[in-house]
Amino acid sequence: MIETINLNKSFGSLHVLKDINIKIEKGEKVVIVGPSGSGKSTFLRCLNCMEDPTSGQVIFNGVDIADMSVNINIHRQKMGMVFQHFNLFNNKTVIENIMLAPVYVEKKKRRAGIRQKLFGKQPAEPIKSVKEIKAQAHAQAMELLARIGLQDKADVYPSLLSGGQKQRVAIVRSLAMQPDVILFDEPTSALDPEMVGEVLELMKDLANQGMTMVVVTHEMGFAREVATRVIFMDEGRILEENNPKDFFEHPQNPRLKDFLSKVL
Amino acid sequence: MGNFDKKIETFLNVFIDGGGYKTVIEGLKNTLLIAILGLLLGIVIGTLIAAVRVLPKYKTLPKVLNGICSVYVGFFRGTPMVVQLLVFYYVLLPLLGIRMDSVTVATWVFGLNSGAYISEIMRGGILSVDPGQMEGGRSVGLSYSTTMLRIVIPQAVKNILPTMGNEFIALIKETSVVSFVGATDLYVAFNNMGSSSYEFMVPYLVMALIYIVLVLVISLLIKLLERSLRKSDRNH
Repeated sequence: MIETINLNKSFGSLHVLKDINIKIEKGEKVVIVGPSGSGKSTFLRCLNCMEDPTSGQVIFNGVDIADMSVNINIHRQKMGMVFQHFNLFNNKTVIENIMLAPVYVEKKKRRAGIRQKLFGKQPAEPIKSVKEIKAQAHAQAMELLARIGLQDKADVYPSLLSGGQKQRVAIVRSLAMQPDVILFDEPTSALDPEMVGEVLELMKDLANQGMTMVVVTHEMGFAREVATRVIFMDEGRILEENNPKDFFEHPQNPRLKDFLSKVL
Repeated sequence: MGNFDKKIETFLNVFIDGGGYKTVIEGLKNTLLIAILGLLLGIVIGTLIAAVRVLPKYKTLPKVLNGICSVYVGFFRGTPMVVQLLVFYYVLLPLLGIRMDSVTVATWVFGLNSGAYISEIMRGGILSVDPGQMEGGRSVGLSYSTTMLRIVIPQAVKNILPTMGNEFIALIKETSVVSFVGATDLYVAFNNMGSSSYEFMVPYLVMALIYIVLVLVISLLIKLLERSLRKSDRNH
């Protein structure tokens, strides 16, 4: 589903990612661990071109999205991302946060449909009214909120939510686009310890339902329990990848051994 | 102070019986018109320029646009408003063969001028919004411009509202330079009254009072607006 070919990323003279080649299949839960500064977050951000790769390819559903001529927005709609600092829209209520992107996409489709009709062509999908679009998005958003038990927070601004609530809303915001894969960039690192559990719980839930996930995290317990593959990165390279059992019990690379002895 | 009573009487004579209040009303109208339309124009121009100036600059087009905007801001911040007004009214418009009445010209010049200042205010406002907001928008597949327009700029506006109030007040007070191109504003109205009665003390005093009241009312309105915007952050 996602494949990177000779992916390189430099910030100025700093070479952060060095020739990363990786293939992620549908349904996989890939957890990336490594010391800070190892390039794992940068790698994740290159997967949806939040950082533009310096060279190399990122193939997503058969399209090289690192190519600057590709309309990246369309592909990002199918590639959710969850951030360390949530990045909920502060000027929108919780439900507006969730509805914004789906409504935007549907409205765009509607305009395209109307244009096609104007030129005498049959639009590919029936044209929905704006009211219909909003009602559908609202119903879907309420359903998602019900899933995380936050229906009563629908009309509240993010500033009033706890960190754990914010992160769970951020996760369902990305779910609202029905993505093929979700990228998690240290989703629990900015949370109070007591809130880490609720977020991990939701992520496990998603994993069990078959969502493809790429997770950068320091939560080794989560990696061990949920991952189908664990990757160790250091100094911009993938040094080891294995199933969680062998990864944690029989690490091969000396750097990984060193790393695990410190974090476990 | 007997003298002062007489001065007030003279003023009232000119103001009411001499029809001075009509000029004052016209002056007040022009002052507000130029300041308000100028501000609106300035907000539009300023937002556009600010949006260009915060664009990521990998490609040629943003670089070129950015250069144009720099020149624009440099010119309008680098010359006094009076000079801009005179250049537009006596140099540019005749050269282009356009006829425009002085109030319209003043409105345009005020708009263009405040656009330069507001662009910098707005740019600061946009930069003050957490970059994560842009990333959040982009990550769900919204385009750069949509995220800017619907997420970043609304938050920037909230941050810069007090500074914008300042800009508006400065505009109101600066309208007194439009007399250079023959438009009637508050200053011209009271100055006329002074010259017709050879008595300037009271007219100028009243003029100052009107300016103060105007500015106080505006500051109050801005404060109310600010409060209602902040409320959206903390309701329920």
